[in-house]
Amino acid sequence: MARAWVFGDGISTDLLAPGNKLKLDPPELARHCMTAIEPEFPNLVSHGDIVFAGRNFGQGSSREQAAVSLKLLGVGAVFAQSFARIFYRNALNLGLPIFDFADVAEFSAGDHVDLDLDHGTLRNKSTKKSYDIQPLPGELMEIVKAGGLINYLEKQFNTAL
Amino acid sequence: MIRPATMAEKLIARAAGLASVTPGQIVTANVDLAFAHDSSGPRRWAPHLEKLGVGLWDPARVAIVTDHYVPATDADSAAILKTTRDFAREYEVEKFFDMIGICHLVLPENGLMRPGEFVAGGDSHSPTGGAFGAYVAGYGATDMVGIVATGKTWIRVPETIRIELDGKLPRGVVAKDVMLKLCREVGLDNAFCAFEFGGRAVEAMTMQERMVLSNMTAELGGEAGLIAPDDTTFEFLRDRGKPVLDEAKSLGFAPDSDARYLQRKRFDMAAMVPQVAAPHSPDNTDNVESFSSVRVDQAYVGACVGAKLSDLQMVAKVLKGRKVANHVRLLVAPASQDVMRKASADGTIQTLVDAGAKIMPTGCGACAGMGAGILSDGDVCISSTNRNFQGRMGHSGASVYLGSPYTTAASAVVGRIADPRDLMEMT
Repeated sequence: MARAWVFGDGISTDLLAPGNKLKLDPPELARHCMTAIEPEFPNLVSHGDIVFAGRNFGQGSSREQAAVSLKLLGVGAVFAQSFARIFYRNALNLGLPIFDFADVAEFSAGDHVDLDLDHGTLRNKSTKKSYDIQPLPGELMEIVKAGGLINYLEKQFNTAL
Repeated sequence: MIRPATMAEKLIARAAGLASVTPGQIVTANVDLAFAHDSSGPRRWAPHLEKLGVGLWDPARVAIVTDHYVPATDADSAAILKTTRDFAREYEVEKFFDMIGICHLVLPENGLMRPGEFVAGGDSHSPTGGAFGAYVAGYGATDMVGIVATGKTWIRVPETIRIELDGKLPRGVVAKDVMLKLCREVGLDNAFCAFEFGGRAVEAMTMQERMVLSNMTAELGGEAGLIAPDDTTFEFLRDRGKPVLDEAKSLGFAPDSDARYLQRKRFDMAAMVPQVAAPHSPDNTDNVESFSSVRVDQAYVGACVGAKLSDLQMVAKVLKGRKVANHVRLLVAPASQDVMRKASADGTIQTLVDAGAKIMPTGCGACAGMGAGILSDGDVCISSTNRNFQGRMGHSGASVYLGSPYTTAASAVVGRIADPRDLMEMT
């Protein structure tokens, strides 16, 4: 059962992937994700859990490891009131679904949630409310459908050959 | 008739080969220059390029700079640097700058930030180059793989926020103070917006100061921080041996007077006082006097935003004939070898060392938590850098305050966060 994790505004790439740990291999680096403010996050987060956050999620560095760490820990998607631009592009390029979402306040830590990407719906089973998810624009959807930018490019280069 | 356009719209239209573009439109931009550093570049690109079976779309349009892990401090950082050097050789990247300084300064020093161009940088402070009238935005590593493989990237044409800096900055107050103030006034949550800086105070600034405005556009969350090219821009590039040949064309990238903006904000520079951002966010800003009780353990002068020649000269101006407080360690990591050379020649380095400063290697240093000078639990640092997110400069229990080079130097002398105007002769 997927659960909700709820964080505040301005979650930075330094919290998601600390600079002084960037030499570590991605799985080890992911063990430090968010630990500065939520020490047990890497231990307790389960596959498919959803992160909810306030404004400007992923602000700071261009380091892609911020999105990679969430993905490696099994986070199924991030819903935030807004995202920092580079994090937004990184997440989609890596196939981590992320959504601009106004109703973050209606979710509490530990809520049971169900995300259906195919039908574009998010359900909060704890409050019994459902939400429509905005689809991604244009070329972005193609990148995500291909499973990230590298797969998308692979198809493009192979078509060109 | 072509609609009036902001700088961002003009620059993106040019890069996309279109007569005009509208905010919200998604277009494909042709990239004039792509760059990255040792942390974000080759070590991330190589496996993907190998998998795709492609090389660089145009090695002459790719620049690589080692700045994050220099000089190597352990086997891992040495391996990252070796990967970077090997890549530059194998992929025939001639614009390879190895341990010359921080990419955002080294590229302008080499005349590679040019009015009108579209530049993709593998680092969040890439907007720095916008000071030269180029559209320079930051990208993550996978995005950069796509860019160096194809020479193109998608971009959603941004809305533009116009910042007018009116009047004249008072003595002891500099571009860094302006940006810390803007972090509070405009906020950090402006993703997918472009910023444009103009007004008398911007026109009066040197390129080094203009680069501070563009650099910290990253903190504002902006995609690009644009300043219209003028004689100051042309003179800088001429001095670097890379003059702009068609100045009239470059001047044409200035915004139209009737361009449409998401917001226009005006600030009176005459009323400005030195600013300090408290932990753990650059928008946690107030006037310097609010922090006079904060005792500091370390003062750090470094990074792309805060260790250019003019920044070191500001520090020297405050330190001249003074000593750093006994309990404070003052670390200075010049942003480039060119800065180091000039600051040595003009006596700046001597002044810093005489006052008790420790001169560190050029590079990103402690700012990104990778190089020498990082902080321990409980350490308090005043820093001329651009970010103070929790854990950035080392331990998550450290406290980093951001200030101008003047404020950083004054605080090093006093031992507490201090107003530099109190230490500068009023002339």
